[in-house]
Amino acid sequence: MSTGHISPTVLWSLGGLFGILIVATVVYLFLKKTRPATDFTEIGLRIRSWWVMVAIFTLAMALSRNVSLFFFAVVSFLALKEYLSIIPTRRADRRVLLWAYLAIPLQYFWAGIEWYGLFIVFIPVYVFLFLPLCMVIVGETRDFLRSAGTLHWGLMTLVFSISHVAYLLVLPTAGESGAGGPGLLLYLVFLTQSNDVAQFLWGKSIGRRKIVPNVSPNKTWEGFLGGVGTTTVLAVVLSGLLTPLSIPLAFLAGIIISTAGFVGDVTISAVKRDIGVKDSGRLLPGHGGIMDRIDSLTYTAPLFFHFIYYLYY
Amino acid sequence: MRMDFIIRLLRYLFYRIVVRLVVLIVLGLNVRHRERLPRKGPAIVVANHNSHLDTMVLITLLPAGLLSRIQPVAAADYFLATPQKAWLALNIIGILPLKRQREKPDEDLLAPCYAALEAGQVLIFFPEGSRGQPEELAAFKGGIAKLAARFPEIPVTPVLLHGLGKALPKGEKLLVPFFCDVFVGEALYGAEDRRDFMHRLESSMSALSQEGNFPSWS
Repeated sequence: MSTGHISPTVLWSLGGLFGILIVATVVYLFLKKTRPATDFTEIGLRIRSWWVMVAIFTLAMALSRNVSLFFFAVVSFLALKEYLSIIPTRRADRRVLLWAYLAIPLQYFWAGIEWYGLFIVFIPVYVFLFLPLCMVIVGETRDFLRSAGTLHWGLMTLVFSISHVAYLLVLPTAGESGAGGPGLLLYLVFLTQSNDVAQFLWGKSIGRRKIVPNVSPNKTWEGFLGGVGTTTVLAVVLSGLLTPLSIPLAFLAGIIISTAGFVGDVTISAVKRDIGVKDSGRLLPGHGGIMDRIDSLTYTAPLFFHFIYYLYY
Repeated sequence: MRMDFIIRLLRYLFYRIVVRLVVLIVLGLNVRHRERLPRKGPAIVVANHNSHLDTMVLITLLPAGLLSRIQPVAAADYFLATPQKAWLALNIIGILPLKRQREKPDEDLLAPCYAALEAGQVLIFFPEGSRGQPEELAAFKGGIAKLAARFPEIPVTPVLLHGLGKALPKGEKLLVPFFCDVFVGEALYGAEDRRDFMHRLESSMSALSQEGNFPSWS
């Protein structure tokens, strides 16, 4: 296995993820043993799914740049498939949906050949204009707007937004940091996911005041602010290792990722509430579906990407 | 003998590799109560029918060792229409062809099923008769009750399929990826009272359809 495309720092950081998982697993087993009255099944399932996700992610990162791009294309595909399976769709749009799926390999291909100009307009402009044309050719006008709108929303969040994670990977190394694109990717994905966990843990332990009761009744101000604090500290601590960011900028990156992550989470919650499902799927036991896991990333990825892009490119 | 082995190998590769890849990667399944599926023959699996994929999905979910025993019950007039289609249907898909029209007034159209069950086969049965309108549950025909009444010791496992009619409905050639639901019910057993059996089967199917949240598709 050649790992020349990622720096030793990134490799060590990936190893660190397993360290965190080992600690989480040990704590879980300890709690399960010492508090037999409490039900930890859900947490156990979650940790087990984390092991699988981290293992696949690490493998994809370590194998090669193209394998990593392919990995994120698959994530987009699974998420879009989940989305299209839970929203109402029209029989007349079968072919249109196929075209929408085809946008995924193309979008990640633009990232692969580092054609930024097309990458950034392909879905918001070309796919946005092309799919309604296909729908007009099919000729069904009933629910036309609903169908075009929901399809484009899915492509924007689950393909366009998520593909920004992949584009971080192909960015050339900026500034002093030797970690380059893979370092930025790991920084973003780790902080987004740990922010979810931190908000959950803070909310569980001291959460009282509801923040968006109509959308997500379990989310609290304490969870949100605790998450922002924890993530910002982590963002500053890890910035020297994985990014070219100075401390004040890393502080800002932490605020962006934690706040955006929260908004992404509740936005997808609102969609699920609208559709009337609790989880988007059952692919990840304890978490739900892929969409449930990458909900925060749909907001953090483009925002963090443009923050970095503005500063260094 | 040699040819027979090659055909069995082809069938095995078709179901265990080609179909599995399509079903698990292109589609993706959400299976509930998989443990209720039969593990040995003779057995009958009953499902609603919206797509050619229905058979494929059910066969991938049944134990691999059972493959040589599994026979989807299918219309002879449709699947045996041309020699090529017939070869594929009989050897690779492995259907049990059933005539839909009697040639003689006293002919029992289900006779091939009796023989198959007596030989310990696992039959996949679609009581709606044909694939029908996608994602709509049509009325079940009574043949299954007759079959179950004749073999009251053989389990009849109801399975509700959703989404396959969206992925590949009748009359379409393009497969569009969708996650599909497969909800397995408790096995039922046939009885003299066929109407009661049909009632139990239909209420089991409608209970299974209540387990899911199926978005509209029209």
